[in-house]
Amino acid sequence: MLFFASLADRVGLRELSMAHVPGDTVASVRDRLVAAHPEVEEFVTTLLYAVDEEYADDVAPVPPGATLALIPPVSGG
Amino acid sequence: MLIRVTPEQLDPQDAIDAVRRDEAGAVDLFLGVVRNENKGRAVDHLVYDAYPSMAEKTMRALAEEAVERFALTDSAVFHRTGRLEIGETSLLVAVSASHRAATFEAGHWLVNEVKRRVPVWKKEVWADGEEWIEGPESLGMERAPASMRGR
Repeated sequence: MLFFASLADRVGLRELSMAHVPGDTVASVRDRLVAAHPEVEEFVTTLLYAVDEEYADDVAPVPPGATLALIPPVSGG
Repeated sequence: MLIRVTPEQLDPQDAIDAVRRDEAGAVDLFLGVVRNENKGRAVDHLVYDAYPSMAEKTMRALAEEAVERFALTDSAVFHRTGRLEIGETSLLVAVSASHRAATFEAGHWLVNEVKRRVPVWKKEVWADGEEWIEGPESLGMERAPASMRGR
């Protein structure tokens, strides 16, 4: 799992490994993360997700070994 | 199609050279430049964070879509990361086509889409503090409740 920008600062991490659970989706992994790191909750309304570098919605599967990135509102340019 | 996500300085000539062709009568070049103020507050410098591999992938997909959509000859997109001082170039977009109209439209579209989708973030650093900026045009903010937008 990858964190960036404001979220990386808040969690104090840029990377975190989590055990895979059969049937995992973006939402199920996110919910386990929020349980372990409640400070993530305030970000959830504007958070987007990417599974293996592609934007993915809440119901998208997260296969074993996948990289889930948590993406706060981008501000490049 | 030249795509770069790099902590090195961006050279506009590299982007121009990448898209220029003998059959292209027009090249449009856009530079995003670090400004010394935002919302009336003096900015000392910016720090850009990125998810480099996904940023490159997303920029390449957008550059390809622009070529398709606007019948371009070629396109190039560069984004800088790390610390940038006032006046430095953070974003470069270059597009070429037979005629100018397509290049203006494509350049505008590409810059908007980069700001909307590419996983890059800027932190403003002031004399007395700093803040990660949430892009008002980002896909994430589009989905946010109206009350959270325009902060």
